[in-house]
Amino acid sequence: MSSFLSDAVIYLGAAVLCVPIAKRLGLGSVLGYLIAGMVIGPFAMGFIGAEGKDIMHFAEFGVVIMLFLVGLELEPELLWRLRKQIMGLGLAQVALTAVLLSALSLLVGFYNWQAGLAAGLALSMSSTAIALQSLKEKGQMQTDAGQSSFAVLLFQDIAVIPILALLPLLAIGPAHTPVGAEGIDALSGWQRTLLVLAAVAGVIIVGRYVVVPLLRLVARTRLRELFTASSLLVVVAVAALMELVGLSPALGTFLAGVVLANSEYRHELESDLDPFKGLLLGLFFMAVGASINFDLVMARPGMLISVTLGVMAAKILLLSVIGRTARLGPDQNMIFSVGLGQVGEFAFVLLSFIAQLRILDTLWTDTLMAVTAMSMTLTPILMLLTERFIGWKYSEQAIEQREPDAIHGRNRVIIAGFGHFGSTLGRLLRANGVQATILDNDSDQVDVLRKMGFQVFYGDATRADLLEAAGARDAEVLVCAITPEAAPELVDTVHKHFPDLKLLVRSRNRMDAYELMDQGVLHIYRETLDTAVRMGVDVLKELGQRHYSAYRAGQNFIKYDQAALKDLASKRRDTGDYITSVREKIEEQEALLQRDQGHDPAHGDHAWNSEEMREALGKN
Amino acid sequence: MPRVLVLFAHPRLEKSRTNQALLRRFPKHKDITFRDLYESYPDFNVDIRREQNLLNQHDVIVWHHPFYWYSAPPLLKQWIDLVLAFGWAYGPGGKALTGKTVFQVLTTGGPSQAYAADGFHGWTMEEFLRPMQRTVTLCHMHWIPPFVVHGTNLLGDAELERYAARYADLLVAFAEGRASHKHVEGMATLNELMPLDRP
Repeated sequence: MSSFLSDAVIYLGAAVLCVPIAKRLGLGSVLGYLIAGMVIGPFAMGFIGAEGKDIMHFAEFGVVIMLFLVGLELEPELLWRLRKQIMGLGLAQVALTAVLLSALSLLVGFYNWQAGLAAGLALSMSSTAIALQSLKEKGQMQTDAGQSSFAVLLFQDIAVIPILALLPLLAIGPAHTPVGAEGIDALSGWQRTLLVLAAVAGVIIVGRYVVVPLLRLVARTRLRELFTASSLLVVVAVAALMELVGLSPALGTFLAGVVLANSEYRHELESDLDPFKGLLLGLFFMAVGASINFDLVMARPGMLISVTLGVMAAKILLLSVIGRTARLGPDQNMIFSVGLGQVGEFAFVLLSFIAQLRILDTLWTDTLMAVTAMSMTLTPILMLLTERFIGWKYSEQAIEQREPDAIHGRNRVIIAGFGHFGSTLGRLLRANGVQATILDNDSDQVDVLRKMGFQVFYGDATRADLLEAAGARDAEVLVCAITPEAAPELVDTVHKHFPDLKLLVRSRNRMDAYELMDQGVLHIYRETLDTAVRMGVDVLKELGQRHYSAYRAGQNFIKYDQAALKDLASKRRDTGDYITSVREKIEEQEALLQRDQGHDPAHGDHAWNSEEMREALGKN
Repeated sequence: MPRVLVLFAHPRLEKSRTNQALLRRFPKHKDITFRDLYESYPDFNVDIRREQNLLNQHDVIVWHHPFYWYSAPPLLKQWIDLVLAFGWAYGPGGKALTGKTVFQVLTTGGPSQAYAADGFHGWTMEEFLRPMQRTVTLCHMHWIPPFVVHGTNLLGDAELERYAARYADLLVAFAEGRASHKHVEGMATLNELMPLDRP
C-alpha cells in the first residue's frame, strides 16, 4: 500500500520535474520522460528497481490507447488510400532492415543465421510511441513525412504477428514453453486464420452496432465519468480480445478506432482518453529510461555505443533510400528516416520472446534491449537536431535572399502557417504588393514557396526564437493561421515576447474563438463565418431575393453574430465546466437560435421603404 | 436605329410600389437594354470594362432611379465615378461617349409644384440636376431634361399605370428614333413629350 503510494510519488514527481525542464530546453516531452526514468531508475538514484519491466508492460497500454486515438482520426477512406504506402513502404522497411541487420550481425560474430535473422527482425521495428508523439507535437502528421511514417509504423504493427509466429521456427535448441501460447497454438493453421478473421469482423460489427448504441445510452445518463469508463472499456475489451486470438492489441484497437471514426462520439472519446494516453505513454517512456542497464553499458561501453550507433545508422540509411524511392523531398526524407531510425517498443516484446526460445543468449538479448532503450533516448535528440538543421538551412537561404532588397528592410507582415487559409491570405497580400515572411512546418511546402521567391522560415511557429529570426521584433502584423490547437501557444509566445506585434488570429469555430478571447486576442477570424454567410446570401438570391438586400442581410448578420459571440463569451462561464464539448456546442446552438428570432436582417433600412412613408402621409 | 440603355438603380426595389409598376410595363424591345445595377453589383464592385463596353454599344443612356435627397442612390454615383473615366469619357483623349444622349427617369415623393422657385423645395428640377447636366456635357454628350414621376406618395393606382405606359412609350420612341435630343428644345421635363392624357 505505502509502496504503491511512494512509487506513485516517485513517478509523478520525476515527470513533473523533468518534463517541463526538457520542454523549456526545447527537447520535447518524450526526452523529458526518458531522462526522468533514467534518473529514478535502478542505475542512477535507484528509487525504483526491477519492477521497471512490469511497469513497462503495463505502460505499453499507453501505446494501445494511442493507436486507438490515431484510428479515431483516420476515416476508412483515408486508410484505403494509404494501402499502397502501408504495403510498399512498410514491407520494404521491415524486410530490407531485417536482412541488412542480420547480415551485419553475422559479421560481428553471431553464431548462426537463425540468431542473426531473429535479431534483425526485432531491430527492424521502430517506435510508434516516439515517432507519432513527436510528429503530432510538431503538427507534421499531415506532411508527406508524417503520412509515410504512419504507413510504415502501421505495417510494423501488423508485421509483429507473423514475426511472433515465425520465431519458434528459428529456435534450434530446446525452448521454454512460450507463455500464453497454449490456447491459440493448439489450433491448426487454417483454424487460426479463421479465428483471426472472425475477431477482426467481430471488432467491426460490434464497433458499429453495439458500441455506438451503448455510448448513446451512456451519454444520456449525463455522467461524465461513466462515459470515460465506457471509453476505457471499449479499448481494454478490444485489446483483451486481440491478445486472446494472438493479434497485436495495438492493431486491434487501431481498427476499433477506425470503425468509430465516423460516429458522433468521436470527439468525446478523444477528449476522454487523451489524458490516459498521455499519462501511460509518459509512464512507458519512464520505464524505458529506467530499464537501461547502465551496468552493462559501463562494462562494455564502447561495444554498446557502437552497436547502437551502427544499428541506427543502418536503419536511417535504409529508410532514406526507401524515402527517396517514395519521392520524398530531401527534408521530408530526413524527418522520415530520423523519426523512424530508433528500435521500438515491439523489440522488447520480440527480444524477450527470443530469449525464451533461446535463439540468443541472455547477454545478447540484454545488450540489444539496452541498445533499444538507448536508441529511443537518442531519437528525440536527433529529431531536434534535424529540425534545427532544416530550419537553419532555410533561414540561411532566407537571409541570402533578403540581401538584394535590404533597403526595404524586413517584411512588415509575418504569416504563421501557410496551409489553405494562410496561403489564400498571403496571395491576396502579394497581389497587393505586400511581401510577407512565412513560417511553416511542412518542408515540401517551404521548398516550393522558396522557389517562388517567398521569404520562408521552416519550423514551429510557436517558438520565440523562430519568430525572432523571422523578424517578429520589427514586423507590425502577425497573422496566425496555424492549426487551431497550436494557436493559443503562439498567442502566449507573442504576448510574452513581442507585445507590440499586432496579432490577427484565425479560429476554426466559436469554441476556438472563446479560448482566444479569454487570452485577450482582439482580432479573431472564424473561418466558418464569412464563407457560411456568403453561401447563405447566395441561397437567398437563388430564392429570388434582391441581390443587394441579401448582401446587406449577410453583412448585418456578420456584425450581429460577432456581437452575439462577445455577449455569449461573457455568459459562458456560469455553465460549469463538466459538460462535454459536444453538449456545450448544442446548448450554444440553442442559445443562438433563440436569440436569432429577435434579429431583423433589414434593420435600419427604413429610409428605402417608401411604403412606410406612404402610410405615414396617408394617415395625416 | 439609336439603341437605348436603361441603367436602373434602386437599393430596395421590393419595397417600391412605383418602380415595380414602372418596370412591370417595361417594353420588350430588341433595341432597349435593361440593366439593374443593385442586382449586378450588390457589393458595389462595378465592372468598369463591362460597363464601358455596354456604353459603346448604345446611343441613348437612361439613368432610372429614385430622386433620393435631390440626387441618386449611392451605387449610381459609384457607377459614374468609376465608369466615366478620365481619358476615356473626358479629359485628353476622352471622347468615347461623344454625341450620345443622356436623360434621367426619376421618381419623387413630392408633387411637381414643390419643385419651383415658390414651391416647397425652392428650386426647379432642372436646377437640382445641374451636377448631372455638367457631368453629361463634360463627357461630350447631350443632356436632356428628365422624365419625372412626381408625388409617388399620393399617386393612385390608375394614375401610376398611366405613368408606366408613358414611360414605356418614351423608351420605344427613343429606341426607334421618333424622339431625340432635337425634339425636346425648351421643355422642362420629358413628360411634356408624353402627356399623361394622351390616348
